[in-house]
Amino acid sequence: MEETVQYAGATGLLGSVWLLVAIPLVSAAILLLLGRRADRWGHWLGVAAIGAAFVLGLASFFQLRGLENKSVELSLWDFIAVGDLRVDFGLLFDPLAAVFVLLITGVGFLIHLYAVEYMAHDGGRRRFFAYFNLFVAAMLLLVLGNNYVMLYFGWEGVGLASYLLISFWYGRPSAATAGKKAFLMNRVGDAGLAIGIFIMFATLGTTQYDEVFNGVGALTGATVLVLGLLLLLGAAGKSGQFPLQAWLPDAMEGPTPVSALIHAATMVTAGVYLIARSNPIFSANSTLQLVVVSVGALTLLMGCIIGAAKDDIKRVLAWSTVSQIGYMFLGVGLGGGAYALAIVHLLAHGFFKANMFLGAGSVMHGMKDQVDIRRFGGLSKHMKITWLTFMMGWLAIIGMFPFSGFFSKEPIIVAAFEREDWTAWLFGGAALLGAGLTAFYMTRLFVLTFHGPKRWTEDIEHPHESPALMTIPLVLLAIGSVGAGFLLSTSVPDWLTAAGGLGGEHAEHEAVLSHAVITTLSLLVTVLGAGLAWFLFRAGTATAPQPAGVLVTAARRNLYTDAVNEAVFEKPGIFLTRALVFLDNRGVDGLVNGLAAAVGGGSGRLRRLQTGFVRSYATSILAGALLVMAAFLAVQAGWLA
Amino acid sequence: MTELKLPSLDYAALAPILIMLGVALLGVLVEAFVPRRLRHVVQLTLALLAVLAALTMVVLNADDRIITAGQALAVDGPTLFLQGAILVLAAMALLLIGDRSVERGGAFVAQAAVTAESADDRRQAEGRNGLTEIYPLTTFAIGGMLIFVAANDLLTMFIALEVFSLPLYLLCALARRRRLLSQEAAMKYFLLGAYASAFFLFGVALIYGFTAGIPGRVAGVDFATINAAVTESPASRVLLFAGMGLLAIGLLFKAAAAPFHVWTPDVYQGAPTPITGFMAACTKVAAFGALLRVFHVAFAGAAWDFTPVLGVVAVLTMLVGAVLAVTQTDIKRLLAYSSIANAGYLLVGVLSPGSEGLSGTMFYLVAYGFSVLAAFAVVTLVRDDDGEATHLSRWAGLGRRSPFFAGLFTFILLAFAGIPLTSGFTSKFAVFGPALDGGHAWLVIAGVLTSMVLAFPYLRVVVMMWLSEPGESTPTVTVPGGLTSAALMIGVLATLVLGIAPAPLLDLATGAADFVR
Repeated sequence: MEETVQYAGATGLLGSVWLLVAIPLVSAAILLLLGRRADRWGHWLGVAAIGAAFVLGLASFFQLRGLENKSVELSLWDFIAVGDLRVDFGLLFDPLAAVFVLLITGVGFLIHLYAVEYMAHDGGRRRFFAYFNLFVAAMLLLVLGNNYVMLYFGWEGVGLASYLLISFWYGRPSAATAGKKAFLMNRVGDAGLAIGIFIMFATLGTTQYDEVFNGVGALTGATVLVLGLLLLLGAAGKSGQFPLQAWLPDAMEGPTPVSALIHAATMVTAGVYLIARSNPIFSANSTLQLVVVSVGALTLLMGCIIGAAKDDIKRVLAWSTVSQIGYMFLGVGLGGGAYALAIVHLLAHGFFKANMFLGAGSVMHGMKDQVDIRRFGGLSKHMKITWLTFMMGWLAIIGMFPFSGFFSKEPIIVAAFEREDWTAWLFGGAALLGAGLTAFYMTRLFVLTFHGPKRWTEDIEHPHESPALMTIPLVLLAIGSVGAGFLLSTSVPDWLTAAGGLGGEHAEHEAVLSHAVITTLSLLVTVLGAGLAWFLFRAGTATAPQPAGVLVTAARRNLYTDAVNEAVFEKPGIFLTRALVFLDNRGVDGLVNGLAAAVGGGSGRLRRLQTGFVRSYATSILAGALLVMAAFLAVQAGWLA
Repeated sequence: MTELKLPSLDYAALAPILIMLGVALLGVLVEAFVPRRLRHVVQLTLALLAVLAALTMVVLNADDRIITAGQALAVDGPTLFLQGAILVLAAMALLLIGDRSVERGGAFVAQAAVTAESADDRRQAEGRNGLTEIYPLTTFAIGGMLIFVAANDLLTMFIALEVFSLPLYLLCALARRRRLLSQEAAMKYFLLGAYASAFFLFGVALIYGFTAGIPGRVAGVDFATINAAVTESPASRVLLFAGMGLLAIGLLFKAAAAPFHVWTPDVYQGAPTPITGFMAACTKVAAFGALLRVFHVAFAGAAWDFTPVLGVVAVLTMLVGAVLAVTQTDIKRLLAYSSIANAGYLLVGVLSPGSEGLSGTMFYLVAYGFSVLAAFAVVTLVRDDDGEATHLSRWAGLGRRSPFFAGLFTFILLAFAGIPLTSGFTSKFAVFGPALDGGHAWLVIAGVLTSMVLAFPYLRVVVMMWLSEPGESTPTVTVPGGLTSAALMIGVLATLVLGIAPAPLLDLATGAADFVR
C-alpha cells in the first residue's frame, strides 16, 4: 500500500499549537474553580483567552502558509497504550484544521465580546463564560486532533458544553428539557461514531488519520460502507441532519450567544468537518456518497419548509441552520472538489449566521426578550445598526449577488448539477428549490421583524438599540457577511486542496445545465422567493395563529418528525423499559432476593453454632479433625484422589 | 560414645530472629530497671528499633538460600519474604499498640490482676497508663513468628508455634475495657490453642514413626528426611497421611480455617483491637508461611494427593466466613469472619502447585495484612465514653460525622470486597490465577461466589455509614495521634499502591518463590 497521506513534524511556532486548546481550557478551569471570587472580572478572562487563541491561530496559520508540506503533526504523549491499541495524544495542523481554528477563535471572539454585554444582567455570567471557554477548547481539540479518538474527545467535549449551555437557565423546564433532548439525540449519533472508531481499530488496528486513510483502500467495500454510515450517523447527530435534526431548534432555549456560536457557527458544523476530514473514506464508496448527498438534500428542503412556518425568530434561524448545513452535507457528499466548496459555505455561513443570531439577540434585548416575529415589525427605525447588519446577513443567506452566500452556495448548486446520471436533476433541483424557499422564509423573517406595522406587546414603548459592545461584533460580522464569500471562494479551495489536502482533482463532469443557466436560475428563484415573501408580509401578519392548509400545518409540527420519533422510538422505548423493569423486579430481583434470603437464613442458623462455650468449640474442632483425618486416610487408601 | 558436635550457625542469616528475641529479653530487663514513667517510651522505641534492625538484616540477607543451625532453619526466598512481611506488618501493629492518644493510657489494662468489673477495675480503666509488659510480649511473639516461617523441621516449628502463641494468649487478656470479654477470649484462645498444639504434636510423632519405618535411613522430622521418606518409602502410608492430617489441623487452627475457626470471632472481639490487628495480619502470615513450607517442601512428594481434602476445607472456610459475616452486628466479629473467608482464599493459593501459587499467596498475605491493620486502626478510632463503639448500629451516619475516616474505611472495605484499583483485587487475582492454571477451577468458582456474598456485609457497612442519618448514639471519631495515623495511612496507601502498581511486590514475591530443600 502506497503511503499517500504523510504528515510532517511540527517546527517553530507550530510546536505550540497545543496552546490553542490549553488556553481556553485553563481559562475555563480558573473560572469554574475560583467560583464567585471571579465574578467581577471572569468574563474578561474568558474573552481574553479566546482573543489570545485567535492571535496564536492567526500566527500559526501564516507559519503554515510558508511550509512545503502543509500538514503538520504534533505528537504530545502516548495517550492510550493497551495491548495493540496505541492512541497518541497528538494534534494535526493542516489547511482544513487551520481554517476551522480561525473560524472558531475569530467568530468565537466576537461572540464572546457580544456576550459580555448580553449576559451582563445575568447572575451566572462567570459560569456562562467558563462553559463557553470549555466549548471553544473542546471544539479546537475536535478539529486539531490527529486521530479519531482525539476527535471523539473533542466531540464529547462540545456535546457536554452544548448540553450545559442549552440548559444554562436550568430553572426553566423548557430549557432543561431541551438540554436533555439534545443530549439524548446526540447520544444516538455519538454511539454511531464510537462504533465507527471501534471498527477502524478492529479492521485497521489504528485510529490515526494518516494510517486510517492509507489503509482504507485495503478494506472491503462493505466495511467501508458500514464505517462510513456510522460516521455519517455521528455527523448527522452533531449537525442536526435528518433523521437526528429535532434537537437543534429546541437548543435555542440557551442564551443567544450560545445559539450563535455553538448552534449556528461552529459546533453544528462538526459533522461537516468529520466527513470532510474522513474524505478518503467517503470517496472510497459511491453508495456512501449517495447517502450523504441524499441526507443533505432531504434536510435542506425540510429545514426550509419548516422554517417557513415558524414564528419564533430563533427557531426560524435554527431551521435555516439545519437547512444550510444540509447544503454543506450535499457538498461533502458530492466529493471531489465539492468538499472544498462545502467548507467555503461552512465558513461563510459561520459569519452570516452568527451575524443574524446576534442580531436576533439584539432585537430580543431591545424587545424584552420577545421572540415572536409576529410581535415585531417596524424595528428598522429604532434599531438602525441591528437592522442594517441583519440585512447584510439576510442578503448573504439568501445568496444575493454580491453577498457572501452567493459565492458560497451557488457553486454547491452547480456541483449538484454536475453529477453523472439523472440524480443531477434530483439533487440540483432540490438545491435550487431550497434556494428559492430560503429566500422566501428569510425574507419573511426580515420583513416581519424590521418592516411593516408595529405589532408590539403593550409593555414595550420604545425599543432601544443595543450598546456598543454588542453592535461592534455585529458590524464586524456584517462586513464578513458581505465580503467573506468572495474572498473565501477565491482562496480557500486552492488552500484546502494544496499539498494533498482535501478532495484533490475536481470531478470534471459536464453539468446537465450550463453554469450561466444555473446561476441565472438560482438568482431568479431567490428574487422570486424574496419578492413573494415581501409582497405577502409587507403589511405585517396576524398576531394569532391562523388556520392553515395541510402543508403549513405539517411544517408547523416540524413535518411530524417529532411525532414519528415519539411513535417509533419513544413509545417502544418506554414500553421496553417498563418490560425490563418488570422483568428485573419480578425475575432478577426475585432470584437475587431469594438467594439473599437463603444466605441470610443460613447465616442466622449457622450463627447458633457459635455458642460461646469452649466445650462446644472443642467438640466442633474434634468433629472437624475426625472428618479431616478420615478424608486423609481415604485419600491414602485411594478412595478419593 | 560419640562426641557432641555443635551445628554450624550462620549468625548473619539468623540475625533477624536473634535481634527480636534479644530485644524481647532486654525488654524484660527494662521492666525491672527503668523508671515507670519512662518505660512506655523506652519499650516502644526499643521494639520499633528492633523491628527496624531485623528488617534491615532481612533486606541484607535477601540473597541467602541456605539451611543453617543443623537442618533446623531454612533461610531462603519465602522465609525472607515472609519475615520481611511479618516485620513490616508488626511495625504497623506496634504503632497501634503504642498509641496512647486515642484512649488515655493506651488500649491495654493498667493492672491485669484486679477482678473484672470491680471498683478497682473501673478505677484503672479511668486513664492510668497501661502495662508496658506488652512490648516484650509482642517482641517475643514476633520473634516466634520469624522462627515459625523459617523452621525446617517439625520440632523447631512446634517450638516456634508455642513461642509466638503464648505471648498472644496473654496479650488477648489485656484489654483495658470490657475485661471479662477480654479474659474470656484469652482463656478460650489458650484452651483451644493448646488443644490444637496437641494435634500438631501428635502429627509430628506419627510422621517420625513413618520415617523410622524405612530401612537404612535415619529417622527424623526435618523436611528433607520427610520428603525423602515420602518419595522413597515402600512402607504403608497410613502413618504418613494420619500424621499429615493431624499436622494440618494444628496449622489450620492458627490460620483460622473452618472447621477450626471457631475461636476466631470470640478472640478477635475480646482482644484489644491493636492485638486483633496484629493477629489478623502477622499470625496469618506466619501460619500460612508454615503451611506453604510443610506442603511445598516436606510433603511435595505425596503428589498433592491431599489437595481434594484441603480444597474442601478451603471451600468450607470461604463459605463459613462469607455466610456468617452476613448476619454479624459487631464490626470486630464481622472483620473476624472476613478474616476467616480470606484464610479460605489463601488456602486456594497454597493448593496451587508451583511457584506462581506460592508467590501469589505471599503477595496476598502482605496485601491483606496492610488492609486489615488499617481496618482495625479505624475501629480503634470510633469510640464513645465507654471505649470503642463496635456495634454496627452505632456506625450509622458515620460518613456525615467524619467523612474522612468513613471514606478511608469505605476504601478498605472496597478493598476487602476485591474492587479493582485496590490491593484486594490484585491479590485475589494473584491467587485465583495460578489456581485456575493448576486446574482448580472449582476452588476459584467457590472463591468468586463467596466474594460476592462477602461484598454484602462490607457494602452494608458502607451504606450504613453514608446513607443513614447520624443518630443520637452515633459516636464521633477520635482524631488519632501520630502513631495510629501513621499506621492507618501506611495501610491505606499500601492498599491503594498495591492495587494500582502491584508489579514491584509481585516481582519480589516471584523472585522469592523458591524453597531450599
